[in-house]
Amino acid sequence: MIRVALPAHLRTLARVDGEVELEVRGSITQATILAALEARFPMLRGTIRDQQSGRRRPFIRFFACGQDRSHDAPDEPLPHQITSGTEPFMVVGAIAGG
Amino acid sequence: MGRERAAFRRLEIYHVKGSPVDPERIYASQTSGWFGQVVQRSSDGGTTWEPVSNTFEYEGVPGTHQWYDGTPHPWEFKRVWHLEPSLTERDSVYAGIEDAALFRSTDGGQSWQELAGLRSHGSGPHWQPGAGGMCLHTILIDPTNAARMYIAISAAGAFRTDDGGTTWKPINRGLRSDFMPDPTAEVGHCVHRIAMHPSRPQVLFMQKHWDVMRSDDAGESWREVSGNLPTDFGFPIDVHAHEPETIFVVPIKSDSEHFPPDGSLRVFRSRTGGNEWEALTKGLPQKDCYVNVLRDAMAVDSLDRCGVYFGTTGGQVYASKDGGDSWAPIVRDLPAVLSVEVQTLQ
Repeated sequence: MIRVALPAHLRTLARVDGEVELEVRGSITQATILAALEARFPMLRGTIRDQQSGRRRPFIRFFACGQDRSHDAPDEPLPHQITSGTEPFMVVGAIAGG
Repeated sequence: MGRERAAFRRLEIYHVKGSPVDPERIYASQTSGWFGQVVQRSSDGGTTWEPVSNTFEYEGVPGTHQWYDGTPHPWEFKRVWHLEPSLTERDSVYAGIEDAALFRSTDGGQSWQELAGLRSHGSGPHWQPGAGGMCLHTILIDPTNAARMYIAISAAGAFRTDDGGTTWKPINRGLRSDFMPDPTAEVGHCVHRIAMHPSRPQVLFMQKHWDVMRSDDAGESWREVSGNLPTDFGFPIDVHAHEPETIFVVPIKSDSEHFPPDGSLRVFRSRTGGNEWEALTKGLPQKDCYVNVLRDAMAVDSLDRCGVYFGTTGGQVYASKDGGDSWAPIVRDLPAVLSVEVQTLQ
């Protein structure tokens, strides 16, 4: 299972507490994780990435194993700690404002 | 307080409005710079909420409109400014969005279809954003003619359909906007809001960027009715529930100074459909008040004496039980109030 950590507002919207666990088939990438996340929680469509272009929203960042993966290609494979479920794939709202 | 009730805390709600067919059905536009647009729906009067579709796809190739500097800029969905439920069908609702377009849902928000004749009728490439973005913020449905609707866009102007939304025409004759190269052009006017009394849907009142305007012929022509207002800049305009010639505005000092003149918060009321205005001050702060009142942040109820309500960017909501004669704050400590709507329940 893939673990995904969501920011508080998206947990509220998806009505989940804590991390989400997802079954992701095939290669484990940002794109496949987000597709599985949006399939299970349709209300999250458009909140993390643009629905038409698939681009990450500007104030959203992705972290894995302590590394900022926001600028990786969406199809780039993620580290084995993510694919094995040892570490969560983190969706983070960027710090902005005061 | 249940989880669903807590769902809106700390989120920007651009607009909330209930269905006149079923007051238990309420639609809300939740938007966020971080997480984008969400549309929420309640079927129990706001006790619980469920997210519905937030997919707003422009029909065809969207093309370009004008950017602030006059260069072409691609049409991009940003947020929902206004949700207008149908007067006759519980599950039908219109959405006015940024970048300006009109969408309709006939399944309670589960899916949205663009009424593309508005954006593609010809003048779209000449529309440009106002300071708040290029938003479709006003949707008025004629209660006597299901085929007729009015909408307004900053900064394009007002438009009317007479065939249920298939085709549209600009209705801006008589408007003058000195910031435009041609001040009387067919489109490009920064209309802030339009209001209508349901008993006389051919009479429209408009608060423009500058100027309060009136039309008696369904928007075919407009004339200025700013009269003795201390300034004719402002955002909201509304009509008394039972007196179709009684209208309300909140004058704001200028386009670059978004606060009441002299720091004195005054609603102005005209009982003559414009031109002659009286200041309503009882219960409102008369010094050191530097709030704004946004375009969708005024509403009236339909009780006998007509309650009037407005919210400020300082987080107060003021209410008048007597058609504007006196006011009192009913909420004081909210974040900036983006919109105010009233449901008059039995």
